[in-house]
Amino acid sequence: MATNTRIILICSGKGGVGKTTLTANLGIALAREGTKTVVLDADFGLRNLDLLLGLENRIIYTAQEVLEETCRLDQALVKHKQEPNLALLPAGNPRMLDWLKPDDMQRIVKMLENDFEYVLIDCPAGVEEGFKNAVSATKEAIVVTNPEVSAVRDADRVIGLLNTNGVKPVQLVLNRVRPKMIANQEMLSVEDVTDILALPLLGLVLEDEEVIVSTNRGEPLTLSNVNSPASICYSNIAKRLKGEDIPLIDPAKSGSSLKNKFMRLMQTKIF
Amino acid sequence: MTLLDIVKKLLGRQQSSALKARERLQLVLAHDRTDLSSDLLQKMRKEILEVVSKYVEIDLEEGAVSLETEDRMTALVANLPIKRSLPINETEGEVSKE
Repeated sequence: MATNTRIILICSGKGGVGKTTLTANLGIALAREGTKTVVLDADFGLRNLDLLLGLENRIIYTAQEVLEETCRLDQALVKHKQEPNLALLPAGNPRMLDWLKPDDMQRIVKMLENDFEYVLIDCPAGVEEGFKNAVSATKEAIVVTNPEVSAVRDADRVIGLLNTNGVKPVQLVLNRVRPKMIANQEMLSVEDVTDILALPLLGLVLEDEEVIVSTNRGEPLTLSNVNSPASICYSNIAKRLKGEDIPLIDPAKSGSSLKNKFMRLMQTKIF
Repeated sequence: MTLLDIVKKLLGRQQSSALKARERLQLVLAHDRTDLSSDLLQKMRKEILEVVSKYVEIDLEEGAVSLETEDRMTALVANLPIKRSLPINETEGEVSKE
């Protein structure tokens, strides 16, 4: 029995910052490293994790039938074809929200704990019931945010709630980073965001059009061997999660043209 | 403040939007984290100024009471320029009224 199972909630407060994309890519990346991983879609209202993983046509049972005990856990788990180390437990019907309680989430996670080394929970947006249920079942958390005021503000709110619920450790992933805009000081820098939120940075993900292409296909970037910028970032995050010492990419140092060097000089903090 | 900000200022250009974002976030988070409404903060500010002015004469126009946040710790910061301290008997008189 795997008692050292890592149970990690992936949350953000604000919707659309990249929780589900991160969950899918981390799940694949961890599985590729040979780690038995399950991704649990806790967004019962607006589920999408199945779609990003390309597993939407293979769902027979969901967490709902598992909880109602009308099927066994292994019947509901959808194994990924190319990465058999990864399984998805799909979210049930949105009507589940009427009766789902923290106890139910805890029961599901407890079942998954026995068979997997990593349980990644894709949290719904918001800070209401769905979030509270998911928080009650987790040990640690990854907060995803974008370098935008609304996303950072909501992340701060979520971090406060995670702290009061005793979730530890809480780490930060800064998604959709655009080095050029940061160099021109038209986007919050990585340092700005980590200073404001006072969280350890697990990694940053560079803005990358390939993310959209990969979601169109239902094949997370980390599944292929093509090294697009975001793909490298996701793989690095998975490795750091497993304890490997992978240095962070410094977006300010990408590009060594004269203009970039000049812009870097202009960013020197004076006071 | 960075070199770029200073150059922009000299050229009369707008402050960088990243700096603006940082400033706005710090302010809004200080309030979010303490859950203090601006009404309550104003009330507290007024009462703090009343208490302090029992002991010293302060510049009410310049006096500022605000919330500042660093490393998830929010502090109540009061910056109250003192014009002069009040004579001792005057101070005691004020206090004994309580």
